[in-house]
Amino acid sequence: MQNDKNFYIIFSIILIFMAVAPLVIQNTHFQHLLIMLLLFATLSQAWNLIGGYAGQVSFGHAVFFGIGSYAAMAPLTHWGLTPWVGMLIGGVVAIIVALIIGVPVFRLKGHYFAISTFAVAEVVRELFTNWEWVDGPIGLDAPVLEQGFYNLMFYKNKLPYLYIVLVFFFIMMLLTFRMERTRMGYYFRAIKQRPEAAQAMGVHISKYKQYALMMSAFFTAICGALYGLYILHIEPATVLSLDISIKIVLITALGGTGALWGPLLGSIILIPLQEYSRIWLGGTGKGIDLILLGALIVLICIYEPRGIVGLLKRFNFQKGKN
Amino acid sequence: MAVLEAKDVSMYFGELAALKEINLSVEQGEILGLIGPNGAGKTTFFNCATGFLTCTRGDIFFKGQNITRVPGHRVCHIGICRTFQIVQSFSEMTVLENVMMGAFCRHPNTSNSMHSAQDILDFTGLADKRDQIAGSLTLADQKRIELARTIATEPDLILLDEVMAGLNPAETEEAIELIKKIHQKGLTIIVVEHVMEVIMNISHRIAVFDSGELIVEGPPEKIVRDERVIQAYLGEEYHA
Repeated sequence: MQNDKNFYIIFSIILIFMAVAPLVIQNTHFQHLLIMLLLFATLSQAWNLIGGYAGQVSFGHAVFFGIGSYAAMAPLTHWGLTPWVGMLIGGVVAIIVALIIGVPVFRLKGHYFAISTFAVAEVVRELFTNWEWVDGPIGLDAPVLEQGFYNLMFYKNKLPYLYIVLVFFFIMMLLTFRMERTRMGYYFRAIKQRPEAAQAMGVHISKYKQYALMMSAFFTAICGALYGLYILHIEPATVLSLDISIKIVLITALGGTGALWGPLLGSIILIPLQEYSRIWLGGTGKGIDLILLGALIVLICIYEPRGIVGLLKRFNFQKGKN
Repeated sequence: MAVLEAKDVSMYFGELAALKEINLSVEQGEILGLIGPNGAGKTTFFNCATGFLTCTRGDIFFKGQNITRVPGHRVCHIGICRTFQIVQSFSEMTVLENVMMGAFCRHPNTSNSMHSAQDILDFTGLADKRDQIAGSLTLADQKRIELARTIATEPDLILLDEVMAGLNPAETEEAIELIKKIHQKGLTIIVVEHVMEVIMNISHRIAVFDSGELIVEGPPEKIVRDERVIQAYLGEEYHA
């Protein structure tokens, strides 16, 4: 299939570029930018499974993100457990939380899922803020351990982080690409477009929504773990915040929901915009970056609700006509 | 043997009786027409038979198996599939993908499903539109897509809810041809339709609903002469 071949070619080019560029440009800030960009592209792709493909918008993905980062960081801090195991634990716990949310909520139609994710995120943030074992609102600092792959700690240089995130980005993209072509991928899109017709075609709607949420939660938790290990400090106000939840949604909406390339395109625009607007327009907390972001989203909503992917498709279509 | 059999089926929404003790059966290979004024309970009957609703009282049997409480998504696997009164094509998918959605019911593998869907496209005359987006097509084509994906689930019984509403005479003619073609494949069909020429033409037997009750059933020639039917639904004008 022509479409599949194109994907593999473009995807390979992007991967090679991402792998080689930081070797050529030995600028720490550039490397940091790439890591954040890839991390948020992976994270938003995870959200895209449930929010984009299956059309069940979640405003509380910080729950899974936070669980992931705490699951990797807390056992590492307290017991020196390798974060690779912590990461897996986080993924599994996130799946359990996804079940707790999904089993009752997916029986309902309409916007209940969006509301409940929002509520659960707030509850979990409060819980962690008051949980002494993880130092409540102060959060956790990664201990100073021997650097290397086992502890997932690298002090001298950012490149190992970049390659680790790149691997997860690779896995996430490939998985989504394959998923699009399976029955499950079709079922997700059908549920989003016409739930009743999907049911008539034999689709167990709540079960497939649950699958989407569980996969999404698992990979979101892994991204949370990577984030914590890279930043070296986590606290409820960052990893469990509404900010994170919203940012994931915005990136995907900007790039294109339910589209394979949406999360990457959204991150490519949004992450540098955010980093540089902070540098140029003054420190964090003033929220100018968020104002810019909001303006961008409004424009997208008005002119091309399908996001950047939609813009590109439109452009392609016109080119095809000429 | 009856393919579908409803025994004393009643459906209440609060105090309102949408169906009152309906007894109705469809034989293998039959085309049964359901007619009646708006709100008579035809669509509610479809919803009960396809697991979209669970009837308040009574039982529904499919080939002798009690399916009263079988959930909606299982019904398709058992061999019953339906279309919708208001067209429900997957508007952002291509025609082929729409039909594949039906074919997935029997062929979980994507390429098998695609092959099966392609056959259905040829059969229903949609082959030349296979890569078009369903939402961009005419109402007639979208209704045809619904029919196509319904038979793609390889059912024994299909329930067609006004598949000809809103079509012009030429399109209606084509739709009738298609339904007859589907029937020749050995499927049992229940049709809800308001266009009398159509329903009289294709049905072997007709059941008339009024205010949730089955007031009369029988062959088309008998129905058009029945006093109760003329009063409740057909009107004096149609009186032959």
